[in-house]
Amino acid sequence: MADSRLKTTLCGIELDNPVIPTSGTFGYGWEFAELYDINMLGTFSFKGTTIQERFGNPTPRIAETTSGIVNSIGLQNPGVDKVISEELPKLKKCFNKKVMANVSGFCLDDYVRAIEKLDKSERSDMIGWFEVNISCPNISCGGMSIGTDPKASYETIKAVREITKKPIIAKLTPNVTDIVPIAKACEEGGADGLSLINCLFGMRIDLKTKKPVIANKMGGYSGPATFPIALRLVYQCYDAVKIPIVGIGGVASADNVIEMMLAGATAVGVGAMNLVDPFICKKIIEDLPAAMDKYHIDNLSGIIGGAHNG
Amino acid sequence: MAPLSRGAGTKCLRGAIFGNAENSAVSRRETAIKNRKDTTMTNNIYKILENEKIAANTYRMILGGDTSGIRNCGQFVNIRLEGFYLRRPISVCDYDEKTLTLIYKTVGNGTEFMSTLPVGSELDILVGLGNGFNADLSGETPLLVGGGVGAPPMYNLCKKLVAAGKKPTVVLGFKTAEEVFYSEEFSELGANVVVVTEDGSQGEKGMVTDVIPGLDYSYFYACGPMAMLKAMAGVMKTPGEYSFEQRMGCGFGACMGCSCKTKNGFKRICHEGPVLSSEEIIWEEM
Repeated sequence: MADSRLKTTLCGIELDNPVIPTSGTFGYGWEFAELYDINMLGTFSFKGTTIQERFGNPTPRIAETTSGIVNSIGLQNPGVDKVISEELPKLKKCFNKKVMANVSGFCLDDYVRAIEKLDKSERSDMIGWFEVNISCPNISCGGMSIGTDPKASYETIKAVREITKKPIIAKLTPNVTDIVPIAKACEEGGADGLSLINCLFGMRIDLKTKKPVIANKMGGYSGPATFPIALRLVYQCYDAVKIPIVGIGGVASADNVIEMMLAGATAVGVGAMNLVDPFICKKIIEDLPAAMDKYHIDNLSGIIGGAHNG
Repeated sequence: MAPLSRGAGTKCLRGAIFGNAENSAVSRRETAIKNRKDTTMTNNIYKILENEKIAANTYRMILGGDTSGIRNCGQFVNIRLEGFYLRRPISVCDYDEKTLTLIYKTVGNGTEFMSTLPVGSELDILVGLGNGFNADLSGETPLLVGGGVGAPPMYNLCKKLVAAGKKPTVVLGFKTAEEVFYSEEFSELGANVVVVTEDGSQGEKGMVTDVIPGLDYSYFYACGPMAMLKAMAGVMKTPGEYSFEQRMGCGFGACMGCSCKTKNGFKRICHEGPVLSSEEIIWEEM
């Protein structure tokens, strides 16, 4: 039985707990259902899906860092049609909650078409939210080039807002001088929520070859070292917008979840840690009640933005 | 590009000789490899029972713990090391119900740290990763080719083939005599062993591809550096299986870090691999 003290509500949909494996670290969910019952999650965000099938960038596309990982996957995914016909039916067999559909693209039309297809498909009832990735650091156009510009962010969110009744969550990049104008632009465009943050932009050089480790040279940096940066950005945006925030970045423990919620997160994403410990989300959810007791927290939804008071 | 064009030529020739029978054998093999059940990964704590240097920069680690998650020879494990963010994927050399034997080379900070771990310390390991070899396709006289630390996964496969009454030949390739390991262990299993060193300091002088053309075999299994595998593609006379290495994020199929393009679509080296059939590999994409 889900512990009612862990409940939170994201854009009108109640979650049993705030823990959400983030897009790109959890496949289409069913892969992890072989390891544990994924119905214990708040929800999860599925692998970034594009209108066409994509292989992604050349390999190697992974580099380790002291406290995280640099990746340049480049949105490998089977394309929206196969997601509807193959991935979502597999997920249906092991997940009875609403899933967050992460969608990416190279131009405005890509986002519109992918969301339209998912929204109008026979699997539409499985989708709770659309998470619009305007922050992928690993593609040459679209992605982060949209999310670093308030006007392009506004236009993209406004366009997808008009084609679906489901909540739209804009996933933003930290690779900007000031995230606040972009967060506000998304809110004005009609976003129902924000996901903060996508990867930082980083790289590694192999000392033996004296060349970049990953074939694409640079990539998205995620992992525990990014937690204070993500926390700061969630804190800043919580003050600037009224829509709920999914706090993402370096989360690795129940304590991190609580801290992220105090900064202003309504739900909390867990990303890179899934790749190191495939059971991390299960452990965090199981650890949350004891962590709440330790810090005298009655219910999690009561602490959202708590660090801003007084 | 040369190995690829030679490989393509070999394939045409085979088709010409065997005609439709060969084609249906190809599809049977592809189906057999495709149908191998997805691995059942388990996460356990293992105690180090031995961690000894057995050749230049090469160590053997024997671990005690639950090995029930291992389903097949040629699978790998992913080891969490204190102070390192990502796990270290290492192929399984041998296992029984309670122990796991790994042979690894110190190639970076992670494996160097591993080599310092004392007997009695514990490690968090994901086991049962990847598909592994399909021993059922070996025929009577399979050829096993291991280059450097590509040799360890051949050991358990060889054991399995000998137990099934097959007569394997094992070709082990190393740079120099100091790096050679396990030639006697393979002999003790009952295999015909050929050691090759690049400088000729032990066994035959040259590369594994210098001795393979002189051997007769029914099928082959290979693991080693990419250059060795690519060179082999040009000289092999039968279908077989290659085990690949790639930089991995998770090791269990979640991050898509180690994907490659094959004739059967995109595959993750960690999950649908590390073993690919010779017929599905697109060498220029590897």
